[in-house]
Amino acid sequence: MRQEVFMAGMGGQGVLLAGQLLAQAALEAGLELSWFPLYSPEVRGGRATCTLVIADGEVGSPVVGRPQGMILMDGIAVANHLGRIHSNGLAVINTSLASGEVNRDDIKLVAIAGTDIAAQVGSERAANMALLGAYVQVSGVVELRVVEQALYRVLPKRHHDYIPTNIAALQRGAQLAEEQLR
Amino acid sequence: MPKRQLITGNEAAAEGAIAGGCRYFFGYPITPQNKIPEYMSEHLPPIGGVYVQAESEVAAINMLYGAASTGAWAMTTSSSPGISLMQEGLSYMIGAELPCVLVDMVRGGPGLGNIAPAQSDYWLATRGAGHGDGRCLTFAPASVQEIYDLTGEAFPIAQKYRNPVMILADAVLAGMREPCVLRERRDPPEEKPPWAVGGDQTGRQRNIVNSLWTDPLVMEEVNLRIQRRYQQAAQNELRWTEHGAGKPEILVCAYGVSARICQTAIEHAAEAGVACRLIRPISLFPFPSQIIAHWAQKVKKVLVVELSLGQFIEDVRLAVEGVCPVEFFGRTGGMLVTPEEVAERIVAMA
Repeated sequence: MRQEVFMAGMGGQGVLLAGQLLAQAALEAGLELSWFPLYSPEVRGGRATCTLVIADGEVGSPVVGRPQGMILMDGIAVANHLGRIHSNGLAVINTSLASGEVNRDDIKLVAIAGTDIAAQVGSERAANMALLGAYVQVSGVVELRVVEQALYRVLPKRHHDYIPTNIAALQRGAQLAEEQLR
Repeated sequence: MPKRQLITGNEAAAEGAIAGGCRYFFGYPITPQNKIPEYMSEHLPPIGGVYVQAESEVAAINMLYGAASTGAWAMTTSSSPGISLMQEGLSYMIGAELPCVLVDMVRGGPGLGNIAPAQSDYWLATRGAGHGDGRCLTFAPASVQEIYDLTGEAFPIAQKYRNPVMILADAVLAGMREPCVLRERRDPPEEKPPWAVGGDQTGRQRNIVNSLWTDPLVMEEVNLRIQRRYQQAAQNELRWTEHGAGKPEILVCAYGVSARICQTAIEHAAEAGVACRLIRPISLFPFPSQIIAHWAQKVKKVLVVELSLGQFIEDVRLAVEGVCPVEFFGRTGGMLVTPEEVAERIVAMA
């Protein structure tokens, strides 16, 4: 098993956190993994990306040219990156901030209005969790509850108050993805 | 099974150093390695260590000279432009036969460049160390675990050869998170080396730490002694890994993050019917020339992959000695190559 997921968005949307959370979940599921971020030097408003490779053996390259999975948090991320997703890949797009229309018919597309859903469950800042929930549900890379539990290790204690909101967003994203593909 | 923790390459370098016996850190902030001094500032003082944020890289390397003179196990870390600034002090440390450990988390250059990953400090690391005939013993990890292990091992190696040791990594490895097994922290030896300076009540002959030798005959003798240590290092410290199965058509040579990329690339190439051997030197100086020479005689061509416009390739060419063509593939300025691109190049060469 080897799964690659590339995540991209605007600085502040929690792209790196979503990646770290899935990485921690993979670790706790006993898998091998490699996560690396690339972002611009701006404190806010720059572009942020990360790549996560999860495997049940040696990871090999942490760098992936044509990833099997993508989580794209806004329209710029879709415009910049969707073109290089692997055929038959899984793309989860935040349709609150991007059009759900894409020019790839060889991929599995999950459209999640992440920012709106997150606002409904408590905070629009949990949009990253809504999209991550959708990705985890469809890819099956780890169980969603492992991701939920990993929040306790990834978030600093002072932010543990937000964990229920994050879990609600993860679950809502997962549920919508399931309904969409049914 | 020992507990695996998800940590960054920067954290691995810092904790690896502490576990290996480092108790003195001097540095100046620069991205993408700021997590190292941050970690040291938090973790060294509680165990009786010393963390100093210097006023510049020039100050940091000279503080390192002072600490190393007393036999302290000390380090500094930086990224490309900062390592450039340290060259004079490094040369002085080599001349004074002082051990220390440096980590260079390489970023795009030349000049101030950017904060993206690069491998364009290969010459700086393996040929650099300022003026004179000295060099840094240089090791290039390719994973978070290896950064942790090598940075710790670098301290006794530096002491053994009385020479600076450079850990050469890059912005991908610095920021990357991977599972890492941590060991118990080890204290540096209590007994100071016989050459160290410091108050002494035993009446032994006084030690002098110095790189100024006005008599050329003496200066030459110092150089020859340093070179003999490099020759010993070439006997004892050569490290590399090999990947790939079957009788290879192409030998791929890469180090650090590029070698990780090539590891997947040669799998893609094998699926396309081209068998490769990947040699990943871990020690860059001393350089594992023999294993490259060995495989070069058995393949049609050699491909060198690096994140620069061709630095590491010079050592590979010296090893290959013209027995087969050596080709180059790389990007620079902070751009990455992908396994897919490398695989396409391999298939096109075969």
